[in-house]
Amino acid sequence: MPVITRRLALIAAVLAMTVTGCSASATPAPSAGPTADPNAGPRCVEGSITASGSTALQPLVEAAAKQYTTACPNATVNVQGGGSGTGLTQVLQGAVQLGNSDVTAGSKLPPTDAASLVDHVIALQGWLMVNNPKVTGVTNLTRQQAIDIWTGKTTNWKDVGGPDAEIVLIIRPASSGTRSTFRKIVLQGQLEATGQALTEDSSGSVATAVENTDYATSVLAYAYYVGQKDRMVGLALNGVTASVENFANGKYVLQDYGHMYTKGQPDGLTRAFVDYMLSNDVQHKLLPSLSYAPANQ
Amino acid sequence: MESDIATEMAAVRPERVVLAPGIDVARRVTGAAATVVVLLVGLLLAFIAWNGIALFRHSGVPILEVFAPVWQPDPTSGETTYGLLPFILGTLGVVSVAAALAAPLSLGLALFMAEVAPPWARRVMQPAMEVFVGIPSVVYGWLGLTVLVPFLAANGKWAGFTSGFSWFAGSLVLALMILPTVSSVAYDSFRAVPPDLRTASLALGTTRWQTIRHLLLPASGAGIVTAIVLGMMRAAGEALAVQMVIGNRPLIPRSLFQPVTTLTAQITLDMGNTVAGETWNEALWTMGLVLVTMSFAAVVLVRLLTRRAGPR
Amino acid sequence: MRRVLLADQLATAVLWSIAGSVILILIAIIAHFLLAALPDFTPSFLIADPSTDVIGGVGPVLWNSVYVLALTMLVTVPLGVLGAVFMAEYAGTGRLIDLIRFSQELIGSVPSIVVGLFGFAVFVAATGWGFTALAGALALTVFNLPLMTRLAEQAMRAVPDDERSASFALGATKWQTIRHVVLPIAIPGLVTGVILTAGRVFGEAAALLFTAGLATPGRLNFANLNLLDPRSPWSPFHTATTLSVYLWRINSEGTGPVVDQVANLTAAVLIVAVLIFNLGSRALGQLLQRRITGTRS
Repeated sequence: MPVITRRLALIAAVLAMTVTGCSASATPAPSAGPTADPNAGPRCVEGSITASGSTALQPLVEAAAKQYTTACPNATVNVQGGGSGTGLTQVLQGAVQLGNSDVTAGSKLPPTDAASLVDHVIALQGWLMVNNPKVTGVTNLTRQQAIDIWTGKTTNWKDVGGPDAEIVLIIRPASSGTRSTFRKIVLQGQLEATGQALTEDSSGSVATAVENTDYATSVLAYAYYVGQKDRMVGLALNGVTASVENFANGKYVLQDYGHMYTKGQPDGLTRAFVDYMLSNDVQHKLLPSLSYAPANQ
Repeated sequence: MESDIATEMAAVRPERVVLAPGIDVARRVTGAAATVVVLLVGLLLAFIAWNGIALFRHSGVPILEVFAPVWQPDPTSGETTYGLLPFILGTLGVVSVAAALAAPLSLGLALFMAEVAPPWARRVMQPAMEVFVGIPSVVYGWLGLTVLVPFLAANGKWAGFTSGFSWFAGSLVLALMILPTVSSVAYDSFRAVPPDLRTASLALGTTRWQTIRHLLLPASGAGIVTAIVLGMMRAAGEALAVQMVIGNRPLIPRSLFQPVTTLTAQITLDMGNTVAGETWNEALWTMGLVLVTMSFAAVVLVRLLTRRAGPR
Repeated sequence: MRRVLLADQLATAVLWSIAGSVILILIAIIAHFLLAALPDFTPSFLIADPSTDVIGGVGPVLWNSVYVLALTMLVTVPLGVLGAVFMAEYAGTGRLIDLIRFSQELIGSVPSIVVGLFGFAVFVAATGWGFTALAGALALTVFNLPLMTRLAEQAMRAVPDDERSASFALGATKWQTIRHVVLPIAIPGLVTGVILTAGRVFGEAAALLFTAGLATPGRLNFANLNLLDPRSPWSPFHTATTLSVYLWRINSEGTGPVVDQVANLTAAVLIVAVLIFNLGSRALGQLLQRRITGTRS
């Protein structure tokens, strides 16, 4: 019996190879250049690829993958989370075909490694400061107020127009893309006061922590916040509220590009999927519906 | 593979002819299967050790820096210090309190199962304990995050909780997780006390509790310690459930009611955001090495204890 | 004397109440999730595709859990039982058995997240398979094998030596004795070993994050029977996010209005699966024992 099963498996394997071999040669060679027509629909290529990396970009890439594979049932696009560093490492190692990252490869990888990756900017994403609902009377912070709070100069909400209560900071791990973006854009490179702060890494635990910790404040990805609005208070920055429109027109500054990296120029299904990510279908229909702004402003 | 050969062997050969050659082959095949684990340990050890020392070998961080109390791994924030002391102490702290919380319950439960429970109760407890072991740790984490943490935040202000995320929350979740492990190992060691001794003691007219206190507990002392150490080991290796509830503050732990961090929590937090080859990433591997060293030390400790208790 | 009796009664009462409260805790945990999940539960949740915009389902992840479990046990059980036969029947005492035992204890102590990282380096990156069910199953085997071996060995050692002597006296060889006497008698113990080992597989998340994958899977095409095609749900090479990993993921980065409900439902499904698995296998073990030995347990 085991012998028969093994033989069957072997036959199946051989058959499989012939079948995929045939279909591969039947598909037109991937020749699309870097300038694919953005108005075209998804170009179907058979195969299976995996994207991994940034959890902030994951919902977006997942949604796009779902649309693509619905249009092209012969393709599978797996979308993994794991974090920006994982995405960069794995695409470099060849474990995945696409590496999603909130930060540029150059800021993480040594120059030679970074040079072997090709950057595809797929979206503009925003973040915003959020407060526990007990912090009444604070709906906007100027950049200077934010700097004072996060560097530990301001420690009581009454100094920024709130109640007389101590501020509880909930920060991201030092390695996270959210934290480095926030530090770069809002804090202008200054260090957070980490002494008494809580550290939560995922959007889910940040949201829970802000909701349940009196007088807490933190920073969340806008795309995540939109679904969780009633649990906390989102703050405007310098009088500008966070919105897809304000990301796109540049008025709201706490925003940055989302990157999708490939090792060398992509081909086959990888190419087709990257093209699809940059097509109008995704950029101007899918992105706004998921609270991201198009990358190609 | 080996299994196939064995089943075929057994199926194909007429059983009477098996005799001498059959014995040899069976011995060799089963021996090979048993040795796989040695190979795995070797591989795993080499792998962890090699990656764990990259911090010193490749990035030239002095070994003693690992024992520094400050964790500042971010090169964009100025001078870096790869001090792992907050994580080591955090792990030890969270795990010890978990063991302290779980031990009385687990030992009581083991005593109950071994000495007190009537057959019907044992029939209920045994599958219940297996279900307990089977509940996934993420479920405990989710429970901790959605029930325990909000509860502590809302009702624990008098004790000094600012948010529910705390050393205590982590220990409580872990205590629940290791309870079945500790009690089943302790149960085994109670059962290992020869029944003759027990009968003799009871025949002298002592009560059950006297027998437990003066005979059973002293006789299985090493077994009890083994149970607790094994439970602590399992707790130290747990990552996701703990990370969800402890607040992950990378400082030397000071208060039971404030956030702390552990080796596993920091690995889960930072592994995804750092890239292979980066000094920061290498420091995470060093944490892994420290963790494995701690568990191995526990294993050796358990062995010494068991040996002292005499061969089973 | 009365004080002694009182102490005895008190101790007995305390032990009973400890046992009672542990059972209560267990029931409370189970009830909590079942009650939280009940209002939103429909049978279609078990087969539908995952979604957190509306209450979707766990069809593919449930399938993956079962698949990874089966694949792991396919490797672990034969290897573990064979190893146990050696340990219990052949090895006797000596250096080799000491070394094996020490290795079992060491590997059993390695934290699962470390096993996950090891699995990533060896089964995902070095083999070039990417994130696959097979990589997950092999990683799980690493720490389940010693557990399975130890439990199987205990089950065999519990078989009284009289049985062996009787078998030898009838002229049976050692192997015949093992096959026809020791193993059948040990079956209930072996089944317990399989349950405990399988329970760990079902609940494990940390070791699978980096091996079997963290993707949210789309529709599974069961008509695709090609075992080498990573798109086929039957293939060991498909990316296999399991239930526990899925729960961890929606809890940390899940977006959408019904994330909490979906998380509660998923946790409930996990718990019910564990219940069915444990109680079912237990019943099976007892049935087998009655069949084989013709005795009542």
